[in-house]
Parts: sequence; structure tokens; C-alpha cells
Amino acid sequence: MRSGHEESERRRSYEFEAFVGGAAGRLLHVAALLTCEDAKACDQLLCHALSRAYLNWTRLRGEDPYAYARQELVLAYARRAGARWLHREPRDGRLSRLTAQERLVLVLRLYEGVDEEQVAALLGMPVDRVRAVCARACNTLRSTPPAAAAPVAVPAVAGGAR
Amino acid sequence: MSRCTVDDWASDVPDRKLDEVRRTLGGPHPAVPADLSRRAEERGRRLLHRRRVLHGVLLALAVAALIAFTVLAILTWPWNGATPPETAPPVTW
Repeated sequence: MRSGHEESERRRSYEFEAFVGGAAGRLLHVAALLTCEDAKACDQLLCHALSRAYLNWTRLRGEDPYAYARQELVLAYARRAGARWLHREPRDGRLSRLTAQERLVLVLRLYEGVDEEQVAALLGMPVDRVRAVCARACNTLRSTPPAAAAPVAVPAVAGGAR
Repeated sequence: MSRCTVDDWASDVPDRKLDEVRRTLGGPHPAVPADLSRRAEERGRRLLHRRRVLHGVLLALAVAALIAFTVLAILTWPWNGATPPETAPPVTW
């Protein structure tokens, strides 16, 4: 009984390591896009998602562990974005001009290639809204090329003598 | 510059605009920390341990509640003996 338990633990550990070796790079890229290359936030998100995958490893039989880990990552990010969901954060990075929601939809749709219906179900939004957010994000991204993305300091308006 | 419309995303036909955005999303790849797998596994194992402890506690509570209920039911079962003497005799016609 005991050895059977240890055996299953060892197998879980072995399979998990193989999975992380294959999937961590791509998941990290997703996390980096979402958090605008914030290394600390990236690491936390990724560690959370992977540990959740480890926790539920035996329940994932027949399912795609990558899809599960990505779902955990995305949901953790959405929870964390919370109040900042529809606001732009002053960070630099490829997607810094987008809101958290736009970033999430864009990354899932175009980088990960998830169906609109699945994105809508994952984020709890209507499909039309996913489509609209994606189009808007694309426009924002294309309206200013990455080279000009750096925040431009607003010149102080000369007050003049009063 | 032509703007994307909602309809552009309704079709799966790969076009120039889509590829342009995809290229933006691709690009340089951050390096995976070497100890990530170990840390994630440790954290996962901790979560698993916590879940098992919680399940054990819940199971013990359920068993204790079942035993307590059975004992109480046996002790205070109202109609396990003969008919109490103060009960009115059955009416016969």
C-alpha cells in the first residue's frame, strides 16, 4: 500500500517535470505578454498555475494539462487585474497600451489561438464582446508602432506671469 | 492605415493585419528560471498535503457525527420498549 502510494507520487513528479520542461517556455511568454514583462509578477503567475496543475495532476487524466495550466494562469491574472481591469497601466512593453482585458483577449485569441467561444466562456463574457475587444485591441496596437510606444513626457505648459 | 473592423476577426482567413499583430505578440522569449519546476512542484506538494489533511479532518468529523447520532438514537429511541403504561388502552368496538 505504502509503496504503491510512493510509486504514484514518483510518477506524478516525473510526468510533471516533463510537462514543465515542455510547456514552461510558452506559458512564461503568455505571462510576460499579460504582465508587460514584469518578471516578478510573471514568476508568481507561472508558479501558481504550475502548482495548481501539480495539485490536480491525477484529475487531469484525459485532459490537456497545458490548457488547464493556461486557464489557471489566465484566471489568476484576471483576479489580480481586478479593479485595474479596464484601465491602462503606465508600464512599458509590447502590450502596455492595452487594458488588462484587451491584453487577455488578444493573447488568448492571437497568440494562443483559442476559439472565441472558449475565450468567452473562460472570461465570462458574451462572444460578441470578445470579438469587439479583440478588434479594438488590434486597432490600438496598430495605431502606434512599437518604436513610438515609449511614453512621451508631456511638456509643461508655461504658466506666464500673472 | 486601414482600421480593423469586427468583421475582420469573424473570419479565420489569415490576413496581413492579423499577421502583423501576431508578429508583435511573438518576438523575444524570456528565459525560464532554472528552479521554476522545483518551486512549482514544492508548492504543489504543499497544496496537495493541505488538501489531504483537510479531507482527513472532514472525514473524521463525518464519522464522529455518524457515531454520535447512532448512539444518541439508540439511547433515546422512543418506541423501543413496550407500550408505556400511561398510554390510553386501544379503543375496540
